[in-house]
Amino acid sequence: MNWSELATALFGADHDIRADGSLLHGTATLARQSIAVVGTTDHASIGYALALRQAEVVLATMAHHPGRPVLLLIDTQGQQLRRHDELLGINRAMAHLGCCIDLARRRGHRVIGLVYDQALSGGFITSGLIADGCYALPQAEIRVMRLPAMARVTKLPEALLAELSQANPVFAPGVDNYVAMGGVRSLWRGDLAAALRQALADTPTDDTRAVDGAQRGGRRLAADVAQAVMDAA
Amino acid sequence: MNGMNAMKPALPSRISYAECSARERLARLLDADTFHEWLPPAQRLTSPHLAQLGVPGAFDDGVAIGRARLAGHEVFVAAQEGAFMGGGVGEVHGAKLVGLFRRALRDRPRAVLLLAESGGVRLHEANAGLIAVSEVMRALLDARAAGITVIVLIGGANGCFGGMGIVARCADHIVMSDAGRLAMSGPEVIEASHGVEEFDARDRALVWRVTGGRHRYLVGDCDQLVEDDVAAFRDAAIVALDSHRPLTLPALQDEHALLQRRLHDAGDAIDAPVMWQRLGIAQDERAPDLAVHELRALERTGEPVR
Amino acid sequence: MSNPAPALETLSYAFPGTKPAGPFAPVLAGVVGSGNLEVLLEASAEPVCRFDVQTSARGFGSIWEAVLGDFQRRHDLAGVRVSIHDMGATPAVVGLRLSQAVAQLRTP
Repeated sequence: MNWSELATALFGADHDIRADGSLLHGTATLARQSIAVVGTTDHASIGYALALRQAEVVLATMAHHPGRPVLLLIDTQGQQLRRHDELLGINRAMAHLGCCIDLARRRGHRVIGLVYDQALSGGFITSGLIADGCYALPQAEIRVMRLPAMARVTKLPEALLAELSQANPVFAPGVDNYVAMGGVRSLWRGDLAAALRQALADTPTDDTRAVDGAQRGGRRLAADVAQAVMDAA
Repeated sequence: MNGMNAMKPALPSRISYAECSARERLARLLDADTFHEWLPPAQRLTSPHLAQLGVPGAFDDGVAIGRARLAGHEVFVAAQEGAFMGGGVGEVHGAKLVGLFRRALRDRPRAVLLLAESGGVRLHEANAGLIAVSEVMRALLDARAAGITVIVLIGGANGCFGGMGIVARCADHIVMSDAGRLAMSGPEVIEASHGVEEFDARDRALVWRVTGGRHRYLVGDCDQLVEDDVAAFRDAAIVALDSHRPLTLPALQDEHALLQRRLHDAGDAIDAPVMWQRLGIAQDERAPDLAVHELRALERTGEPVR
Repeated sequence: MSNPAPALETLSYAFPGTKPAGPFAPVLAGVVGSGNLEVLLEASAEPVCRFDVQTSARGFGSIWEAVLGDFQRRHDLAGVRVSIHDMGATPAVVGLRLSQAVAQLRTP
């Protein structure tokens, strides 16, 4: 489903979301509530500039529409892999985007992430993973790194990584693994508008992902380890 | 001020921070014998994901956490061991950091010190590592929002990359050495994606010009630049105890303006000296070769004082 | 499985000893990195020095037995459990880390 079909499924005609290059932004109406929408399309490579453009939308929402919910539409191949971006400080630009989204949450804007196609690595850390909660369409995929680069960096054979990516929950990119691990709250099927309404009503503002991961069995240790630090003498 | 003698042992010569292990850094940087470790190695909280790849675990999963004193002040600390899995964040490692920040919310130390040395997400734990890094980021920002000062020290051989490069820039204050590096993607990954012309990962001078402490200091992406010396990191950390800055809307708007200006002024620069020149900083052409103390005397880019 | 992952090898040895180490706080030496190892010493109730090794370098059981046996001949420890995570360290490095660990035992 492309972003335009998604927008229609979510909001019908009640939106003015548009694409400026690979940046998505606009305002939508759901159950008579205005929602700020920002994100990317075309499996966007998030560089320094695109991170700033997204941050600008979030900042404007905080400045001009206090309390307005924010929907992050996520389709990215991760951070832009260019020397120019590293020189400029892409990690700072991405941290800035993340901090803007995080501040919006703290100022009472409900922030919902939706992976509607793919999400990788840094592009996901500064979008869905810093929202109040992240959701996904069933066919979406979430990865840390493409296999060839991963093989180079880990020195593990690419064939081995490919095999693990088939069925091993730690490696497989299917979003159901992320649900099991607590990284994604749930998958949206059928009535997407209803799913979004539900998410706006239900998503907690605390980080419950480790507890969710333990309850669902996909990530058994994280919650207990964090609690053990709290309890340590 | 407080007339405090900072209880530091009289060291006869410089001790390389880069060459120290995580635990050696903690032992030397903090007030002597004050580090109390939580979830120590004997508790064997190792990774559940590494054995399937034939990789041995580490008893502390690559990060030592606890409380200590720095110049008499209570601080919480974490030190990532760069030699283990490149300091990559896995499920347990990340959860230790999350717990540390959450405990800081409850116990309110003077600061949380993160001795960061990491390639980011531990690729051997892929999905679990990615979620873990994000949980660390959220917990760090929770601590900052509650008024806890968060300080990151970067000076290890592996630098601070990937998701940890983002996490570092969420802190109040960053201290780097010349030897340290702070960036997002490693040069090898960039070279693998776009070729050696884009980024020759074996050109060490280039790598350090683009990602090293010197460049980051001159453009303002780190707050202090120190020698590769544990004592210098210690002194810088003490200075950083006063560095808390709340994340407010005006603060982020100022940050946005700064980053926009940088984008505009840097143009298409792909090497550091060109960028410095275009940003109007370090006009001295000797800047790449100056000693650290001489560099600190140069004017940096006109930024809001942090 | 068409691409089996390399598996870790686990080795265990228990050598009798006559010098009880007495109670002590756990001691750690070394780091798990390429060509390196970490060694954790803990007090135990047994009259032996027990070694539990987890290593990514498979097939060196006889060398481990020799190096660890050698170490025990020198130190004659009892009531000690030694746990090792190894990533292909040479016998010299293994010996070094063991010595560093034991040296911490002796420091009050």
